[in-house]
Amino acid sequence: MRTAPRGFAERVARWPFWAMLWKEFVQLKRDRFTLAMMIGIPVIQIGLFGYAIQTEVRHLPTVVLDESRSEQSRDLVKALENTGNFDIVAQVADRDALRRWIELGDAKAGLVIPPDFARDLKRRREATAQVVVDAADPLSASAAISAGSQLGAIQTRRLAASQPGIAPVIDVRVRPWYNPGLRSAVYIVPGIIGVILSMTMVVIASIAVVRERERGTLEQLIVTPISKTSLMLGKIVPFLLIGYVQISVILLVGKVLFDVPVVGSITELYLIALPFIVASLGIGLLVSAAVKSQAQAMQLGFFYLLPNILLSGFMFPREAMPGPAQWIGATLPLTYFLTTLRGILLKGVGFEELWRETLVLVLFAVVLVALAVRRFRKTIE
Amino acid sequence: MTAVDVPGIHTEKLRKTFGPIEAVSGLDLDVGRGEIFGLLGPNGSGKTTTIRMLTGLIAPTSGSATVVGIDVVRSPEQVRRRIGYMSQRFGLYEDLTVEENIRFYGGVYGLTAAERRQRVAEQFATYRLGERARQLAGTLSGGWKQRLALACATVHSPDLVFLDEPTAGVDPASRQLFWQLIKEQAGLGMTIIVTTHYMDEAERCGRLAFLSRGHLIGVGTPAEITARFGLPSIEAVFIELQRRDEGAIA
Repeated sequence: MRTAPRGFAERVARWPFWAMLWKEFVQLKRDRFTLAMMIGIPVIQIGLFGYAIQTEVRHLPTVVLDESRSEQSRDLVKALENTGNFDIVAQVADRDALRRWIELGDAKAGLVIPPDFARDLKRRREATAQVVVDAADPLSASAAISAGSQLGAIQTRRLAASQPGIAPVIDVRVRPWYNPGLRSAVYIVPGIIGVILSMTMVVIASIAVVRERERGTLEQLIVTPISKTSLMLGKIVPFLLIGYVQISVILLVGKVLFDVPVVGSITELYLIALPFIVASLGIGLLVSAAVKSQAQAMQLGFFYLLPNILLSGFMFPREAMPGPAQWIGATLPLTYFLTTLRGILLKGVGFEELWRETLVLVLFAVVLVALAVRRFRKTIE
Repeated sequence: MTAVDVPGIHTEKLRKTFGPIEAVSGLDLDVGRGEIFGLLGPNGSGKTTTIRMLTGLIAPTSGSATVVGIDVVRSPEQVRRRIGYMSQRFGLYEDLTVEENIRFYGGVYGLTAAERRQRVAEQFATYRLGERARQLAGTLSGGWKQRLALACATVHSPDLVFLDEPTAGVDPASRQLFWQLIKEQAGLGMTIIVTTHYMDEAERCGRLAFLSRGHLIGVGTPAEITARFGLPSIEAVFIELQRRDEGAIA
């Protein structure tokens, strides 16, 4: 059974990786509980997040500071009210008054229309108005900002329709133009794909290694000639499949329950998901090197989940975060994956626009798995 | 017994320290091919540490060791191709069947599909496992698990196999069968290194090495050893040697 030089085909046939891969699949097949969890968790989470987290904010108490006092400015105020997001509770005389309303919490937003608003419009220049938002609650803030920007666009379009020639532009602060109703489910579902994958892939990969250590089979494997690479690859490849099942389940449930669109190419989505899943599994393998028990692996997995939820842009816009929080967010694979997910699912963009994020994800995948293999020792000290 | 072509084990001044604790100090061992060589000693005497050094699981602090003629410090992977290792915990996948466990380890040792099929059948016959081929390893009794573990550890027909307390927690009938199987394999040229707490098992070994506090305090056949010390049994020698060694240190 020990032969000297071998051909390529024989080397492939004798590669211990296949045994590892086969074994993992057999174990996975018998572990009904884990399988059920892997599919059940996404369904439960999507229900929780999709229904419970309602970021659309209706009837935000709003004060108006109209310094233009013109037909155009009154039009804008009316249009703001018509969005349904804002309730005009008062007209104020100056910025100090506006500030007090918001500071006291009697108003959550303020519309400021500068004196030259009407004049700018008449001269067909860009007219600006400002929506001031109480950002203590970032969710309602982003909702208000979004509604405000929508307002600018609507008014601009109306002006364009009513006035021949070059239409003036009303600029009210720009927020992303997709998901115009700011339906949170639409925005949240792509995020859930990323968050669920982050959590389950990290936990599943770390537990898979730690379990072998706890049961004493890792010690047995270490004294065989299997290479570290075969061992690690054999461990993570079956989980790729689980990752893809999860993505599919979430997309399907998102479609059925929340009518989340898939605007872009699903093939590109599945392709870009690959480096992200591999990167997450790499982190899981690194975790397994640091922990002693499955319980510890679980804890670290959840610890990892927290920055992912808070700093990746899943819940709160990264643009609004202070520098350090943004930097930490930039070290998370999920941050880049979210951009690609939302880009493909909601905006319908593809590789052409997302190649930078894709590249970063591929780098994460390669570096993390390489690190995990390096960190793994075929000794037991 | 000792054949020159495939030597068993040769160590010189093999030493391992964990911080201030000297687990194994200056071990000189020679084991020939086809021997059943017993490592005896109380808990913490350095048996497991010695086996772990010889399998490349831990690196020695100093000294040298060759296993099946290969330097285990320099080329642990080459050694691993030619040795088997059965730990106290058996290292079986409880959610795989008997057959699947053997097949898996066959694959890990680089056997092709055809070789695996052949070896599975051979191991079934050698270790009397065939009738439970499709039973999950986790549901086997201690004796069956032990034979399956040995079948897995020897699936690649190694030249030498380490058995680390293989019969702990196994009923007497199963231990009897196990030793019979080991003897068969040794007769076919496989070198067996075995650690044990059971003195009746020690008497079955070709040669014995007594370890106490990391020191080698006696090597020889059971008969030689009992004769040299003028004591009635290995057990008596064991107790006497341990007393002397601890006395010398204290």
